Amino acid sequence: MRRARTWLPGLLLVAPSIVAIGVFVYGMLGWNFQLAMTDKHDEVSEGNFVGLQNFIDIWDQPRWHLSVNHAIVFTIVFVVGALVLGWLLAFLMEKGIWGEGTFRAIYLFPMAVSFVATGIVWRWLMNSGMEERAVGLNRLFDAIGLPQWQWFRDPDWGMAAMALPAIWQMSGYVMALFLAGFRGVPEELREAARVDGCNEWGVYRHVVLPLLRPVTLSALIILGHISLKVFDLIVAVSGKQIITDVPAVFMWVAVFDSHDPAKGATIASYIVLSVAVFVIPYLVWSVRKERRS
Amino acid sequence: MTAAAITMASVLSLSACGGGEQAAQPSASGGGDKQQVEVFSWWTGPGEADGLQAMRKIFEQQNPTLTFFDAAVAGGSGDKAKALLQSKLQADTPPDTFQGHAGAELQGYIKAGDLEELNSIYDELKLREAFPEQLVEQISVDGKIYSVPVNIHRSNVLWFNPTVLKDAGVAGAPKSIDEFVAAMEKVKAKGKIPLSIGSEWTVTHLLESVLLGSLGTDGYNALFKAGADWNSAEVTKALESFKTILSYAGDPQDDWQPAAKQVADGEAAFNIMGDWAYGYFHNPPEGGLGKTSKTDFDWAPSPGTEGSYLWLSDSFTLPKGAKNRDGAVAWLKVAASKEGQDAFNPLKGSIPARKDADQSLYTDYLADALKDWASNKLAGSIQHGVAVNQPWLASINEAVGLFIGTKDVAALQKALADAATANAQ
Repeated sequence: MRRARTWLPGLLLVAPSIVAIGVFVYGMLGWNFQLAMTDKHDEVSEGNFVGLQNFIDIWDQPRWHLSVNHAIVFTIVFVVGALVLGWLLAFLMEKGIWGEGTFRAIYLFPMAVSFVATGIVWRWLMNSGMEERAVGLNRLFDAIGLPQWQWFRDPDWGMAAMALPAIWQMSGYVMALFLAGFRGVPEELREAARVDGCNEWGVYRHVVLPLLRPVTLSALIILGHISLKVFDLIVAVSGKQIITDVPAVFMWVAVFDSHDPAKGATIASYIVLSVAVFVIPYLVWSVRKERRS
Repeated sequence: MTAAAITMASVLSLSACGGGEQAAQPSASGGGDKQQVEVFSWWTGPGEADGLQAMRKIFEQQNPTLTFFDAAVAGGSGDKAKALLQSKLQADTPPDTFQGHAGAELQGYIKAGDLEELNSIYDELKLREAFPEQLVEQISVDGKIYSVPVNIHRSNVLWFNPTVLKDAGVAGAPKSIDEFVAAMEKVKAKGKIPLSIGSEWTVTHLLESVLLGSLGTDGYNALFKAGADWNSAEVTKALESFKTILSYAGDPQDDWQPAAKQVADGEAAFNIMGDWAYGYFHNPPEGGLGKTSKTDFDWAPSPGTEGSYLWLSDSFTLPKGAKNRDGAVAWLKVAASKEGQDAFNPLKGSIPARKDADQSLYTDYLADALKDWASNKLAGSIQHGVAVNQPWLASINEAVGLFIGTKDVAALQKALADAATANAQ
């Protein structure tokens, strides 16, 4: 009885959120997977269990291959770009730049803007018109003599261009993460390294960077899951065009245009699974770490 | 307290009368005792929004107890609007009435039991006599009618810039697909864009005109009947022409308006777009480009389609479970009336679905359209929901979108044939 008194209030306190998450996250996930394993290919039919048939069939569709490729290109460019740029900004900040507070606010600001607003601005910036028809970035590039690009309409590198607004938006956030990481490295450790004859680069290479590994991992996971689910940015920049198709947009078309709930649920399942590939190892790792400490 | 409430209410109703562009009130009976009718459409662009406002005026004059709530969602061809509508319908919170293209596009809603049939309204207003027989026949499903067509649009219109054609040495609008390609080659040599295009749906729009121009009206209509052969050599030839034509296209624009503007501005020679472009070209600068017809822009049936009217029609429906059913019926009556259609159509750049419209209101392009509508053979549009239902259209759009990247005619034809097999009824 006395034991119950210690854990019961705590449980009661978190019970509402356990129930809400159970229903609205895991319940809905379960419902989605169940729907993905039926042949409910229009809104009115009942839907019989067909196992993993939908998951296999979708690989026959050229559009699915295209959207998966697009998602991979977008993820690589976006994650690497935002990590490198964010790290670089944090590094400069850490070197004690004048007016650091102002710069920090400026770089962090884009995160406060929604992807839709970002997308609408960048749609204009990345307009593919050239020479006398150029607007946005191409106009600027034309004026200063740089080559002009098709941007997101480029058949091969369009998705890399599409990652630019996402990098613009998220690199400030990565900077904040890294900056906190840098500040968390005790000055004594750096000094010890310097006393041992390390140059400034060596201090970063052998002392600071290894200590930043957990921060880098967190940033990677946050960026990775945003990237695999990306939808609003793409729709704001180009709508539901095949040239910039990603799984989330394909899912939208499958549900609302093709009126095929099972296909939409299948794509949604793949998106969840791809994000899980990122998130689950992280969870395992952090649980283990907590146990150790 | 009561006095304060009354004052507030009178202030609200006063401001409601005073403001020409009153803000939309989300709650049903917010300030006064007026009831709101939520009208869902995708008419937000220049020209079309003006037409909707003109019809709204008549509606509010005739129904002083009702206010019009404009639930329009932007985006040409209604692709974003239809996605939102779908979630509203699935949540059983339909708008009081929604815009839909007359024809096969409504099949999904009808099958899902979302729509009320309107036969009694048709009988009450004698609409069967007012609309052309063929139109009523095409929008009926098992003898039941589910929507009120407000207008008729033409999809197969070739818009061109006469000055650009003259400079390139092209005598007039090309009459066949071969002439069209030859003309575009001449324009290309002059450094202008031969054919302007917008986002991917405008390319599907182009495809339907090319199919009609290449196959002829009967061949085209046969594609949507039972046992249609999308694998035929004729279709292959049409798709090869489509590929050739597309090779003359300029950089894709964001939507159809900027693509049409390239023709009006003399940057491009041709654009194949529905006749809603006329309102955009012709209306004064607040809503359109304020261009002069025949000098700044001109039109002809798209190459090879003279004598055919590739039609589509915007219509309004009565969803089951509408909050304000009476209000919706009142809106449908305005939409079906001669007065409503004659107010809407000249601004929208379309012709009325009714046969008894005041012909003097339709001048310039619209006079040509009225004449052709009366005499031409009819074919239903693909992109605009007459000939194919929504899943079929989604498959066609997917095939065309992939084709823009690959330019693989065989793959396009196979995808189109598969789409027809999977979706034809």
